[in-house]
Amino acid sequence: MTRNPLIPLALAAAPIASLLAQTLPAPVSQSEVFAREQIGRALAAPTPQAGRPNASAAGAPKDDGQWTMPSKNFASTRFSELAEINAGNVAKLQPVFNFPLGVNKGQEAAPIVAGGVMYVVTAYPNIVYAFDLKGENGPTLKWRYVPKTLPAAQGVACCDVVNRGGTWSKGRYIFTTLDGQVISLDANSGKPVWTTRLANISLGETITMAPLVAHGKVYVGNSGGEMGVRGWVTALDEASGKIAWKAYSTGPDKEVLIGPDFHPFYKSDQGKDLGVHSWPADAWKIGGGNMWGWISYDPDTNTILHGTGNPGPWNAEQRPGDNKWTTGIFARDPDTGQARWYYQFSPHDEHDYDGINEQILLDMPFGGQMRKVLVRPERNGYVYVLDRKTGQVLSADPFGPTNSSKGVDLQTGRLILNPEKETKLGKTVRNICPTASGSKDWEPSSFSPRTGLIYIPHANLCMDWLNMEVNYIAGTPYVGAELHMKPGPGGHRGVLTAWDPVLRKPAWEVPENFPVWSGTVVTAGDVVFYGTMDGWFKAVDARNGKPLWQYKTDSGIISQPISYRGPDGRQYVAVLSGVGGWPGVIVSGPIDPRDSTAALGFVNTMVDLPKYSKAGGRLYVFALPR
Amino acid sequence: MGLLAAPSCLVIAKRGALWRSRPAGLDCRAPAGLAMTGTRRQRSTTRLATLALLAWAPSAMAEPAKRPVLTVCADPNNMPFSNRAQQGFENRIAALIAKDLGVGITYVWWAQRRGYVRNTLGSDLCDLWPGVAKGMDMVSTTIPYYRSTYVFVTRADRPLAGLSFDDPRLRSLRIGVQMVGNDGMNTPPTHALAVRGIVNNVHGYMLYGNYEQPNPPARIVEGVEKGDVDVAIAWGPMAGYFAKLSSVKLRIEPVTPPVESGQWPMTYSIAMGVRKGQAPFKAQVEAILRKEQPAIARILTDYGVPQVE
Repeated sequence: MTRNPLIPLALAAAPIASLLAQTLPAPVSQSEVFAREQIGRALAAPTPQAGRPNASAAGAPKDDGQWTMPSKNFASTRFSELAEINAGNVAKLQPVFNFPLGVNKGQEAAPIVAGGVMYVVTAYPNIVYAFDLKGENGPTLKWRYVPKTLPAAQGVACCDVVNRGGTWSKGRYIFTTLDGQVISLDANSGKPVWTTRLANISLGETITMAPLVAHGKVYVGNSGGEMGVRGWVTALDEASGKIAWKAYSTGPDKEVLIGPDFHPFYKSDQGKDLGVHSWPADAWKIGGGNMWGWISYDPDTNTILHGTGNPGPWNAEQRPGDNKWTTGIFARDPDTGQARWYYQFSPHDEHDYDGINEQILLDMPFGGQMRKVLVRPERNGYVYVLDRKTGQVLSADPFGPTNSSKGVDLQTGRLILNPEKETKLGKTVRNICPTASGSKDWEPSSFSPRTGLIYIPHANLCMDWLNMEVNYIAGTPYVGAELHMKPGPGGHRGVLTAWDPVLRKPAWEVPENFPVWSGTVVTAGDVVFYGTMDGWFKAVDARNGKPLWQYKTDSGIISQPISYRGPDGRQYVAVLSGVGGWPGVIVSGPIDPRDSTAALGFVNTMVDLPKYSKAGGRLYVFALPR
Repeated sequence: MGLLAAPSCLVIAKRGALWRSRPAGLDCRAPAGLAMTGTRRQRSTTRLATLALLAWAPSAMAEPAKRPVLTVCADPNNMPFSNRAQQGFENRIAALIAKDLGVGITYVWWAQRRGYVRNTLGSDLCDLWPGVAKGMDMVSTTIPYYRSTYVFVTRADRPLAGLSFDDPRLRSLRIGVQMVGNDGMNTPPTHALAVRGIVNNVHGYMLYGNYEQPNPPARIVEGVEKGDVDVAIAWGPMAGYFAKLSSVKLRIEPVTPPVESGQWPMTYSIAMGVRKGQAPFKAQVEAILRKEQPAIARILTDYGVPQVE
């Protein structure tokens, strides 16, 4: 891989290098992973002369300066057309407002701005704040809403008690709670209009995702694959909160909402009740496939697009078969939920490569013509370009260190596993790349039509799959494999990659010490904003990755930055600080750093994080000086 | 002072502090009767840390004279080990420890599942985890006080005695196993079946199960009673206890071979867990475990716990 030799400003200090050398596992060597050219594949050579990539026009209407949904628009571009802040003046950016959220857990949400009001939902207990942005002396608290929730939900959530944000629509702010509710608040008063409980924490179900509101409906899925929870996505009526449909990720076709409209592109996805037959006996009943990431709505095709999580809770050997419909993507009718197509990124997943990442809807030159595509930087290590009408894979190229697979067979659509890196019970397999949390986890990318680049925040991590000593839970001893995560080639643990989807390669990369667990936002001022787990909020040049500005917040950043036009006409940038999540729970939750397998293996590679970051939870707003 | 229910209600743990307090502005209350909450009555008592200090730090004698208590972390819904009514054998043995220490006893309740240590002993919310496999390295474990085994559970009215993992009958019988929940992290019998390619006739019971029901891990034994599965492979203490209560006579036999593929033992020594760095307290507990060995053995027998050497 070509790597930009830029050293992030924050990490130039010498003591860090010596500290890392003492406490972190050694990085995996470059010779252990495949080169992009070796395993990247496409159905046709790049044809950049055939047009410029752009967001789906219907999915990305002209920017009104608000930020009403986490993904900015249905096309999920996270592109702001505002240009007051630009690469030439962003160095003068300064904080103009901050607000302590009162919850010092991982903050993953995007602030939402609509009608001159900003809405923020915190990690559990999922407090919602509304700030009036119209005041002359800066934002003022308009209302605060504390949902009634079941504290026991915290014992169920696998990986910190995060929330990925709410959405504004038609005068309401709609969000989810960890204990499984969807709540629609009157955006003006902060009073609930309806509350619908969808998940049952006693079964291990929680909800952490941001709801998608589109087409008169609210779309939400459940978390909990590790607890043997069967995954589903549900649509609620936006006005009433009544359940319109529910589609499971495993089981018989009628429960998956597969019927006569289902036309998957590849043969391996065609057949009756594959959600039953691709599992042993009745293993699908506890088969996982949970949806806790991003749902998109494609107005061009009137389709809901959503991924599915990894299969659970059986060991891979005990669930022979493709384990449909886990670790894939569904296209569904928004009104009925009936599936239209499906593609499986990781059939029979054995590395925990959930398929729940964002889908960016583009019109892009491919094979000499403009195609309607969706781009998914996937947890299994590939940037996929799919035809969003059919689910056909047009190209799949690694964007991080990869050796668990050897590319995607574009005839069958199937990921080609590398037998040397397959996980087997009782065997130790070292240096598997990417690690279980993937080349990229849930943290969403952005796309700029000005540069044609996708700004992917991600990790550079690999893992050892080891036999483990005894463990004990619920009065039962158990033994099994355990993950130990480690840095990938280069030794840095995170990367911001500017990916060119047409040329199928990075335009530039910025290595980061810690995994980049925040989303990105890119603006018409050609600035990309993102945060780091050690608390820096950064701006880099969208054209070349050059660092332009940074600000140290009081905790690490794993949330989704946004940019909006205030009632005063000025451009603002907002982000939540508050480290946590799967990699950051070492800071936000009491975990013993001596236990390298805690937090499902993440602690091993994050032992130094507490030295750079402390738990927190604060909203920050930035602007240029008047 | 307060309700130590939730990870967000963290202890403000000053070095040497004997008191816990609740951070202002956080609502840590847990509704009564809820699963997995560590609902606690107000605890203005001095914790065992005091007692430990009293034992070898004479300066601590100056502390206010409140009766120290042993704070035990346990699952409120997991018989025969423990429940909120303190009917489990771990409750009884923990009470024995407290009695011999000459202190009171109080509980922090938390469902035993992922995050249990992080949210209990690891958060400094309690002193003792009364049942943990010896050598589990997240905590410091005492000398073991019993050793048990995974067992085959079958109906006594079926001719299924003398099973082993290598018995050809296992290829066609309906087998129940317990699922822990993480890929590659299931129970040793589950691995033993997988190694032999016994997959399609195996039914998974979630160990976590539905926490609204009493003792969710017990569903697997009920599966044998009702005939949903022909044989269940489960951890002996749980299986032995529920077999005793069963309306149908059940057969309990240790699984064989006792070690699978040289790396998955079927028998485990069970100890008590304390926080790391608490050697003096651990020594006190171990002394009591030694002294009370006959009483402990009687309790375990009462509960039908299969014991092996």
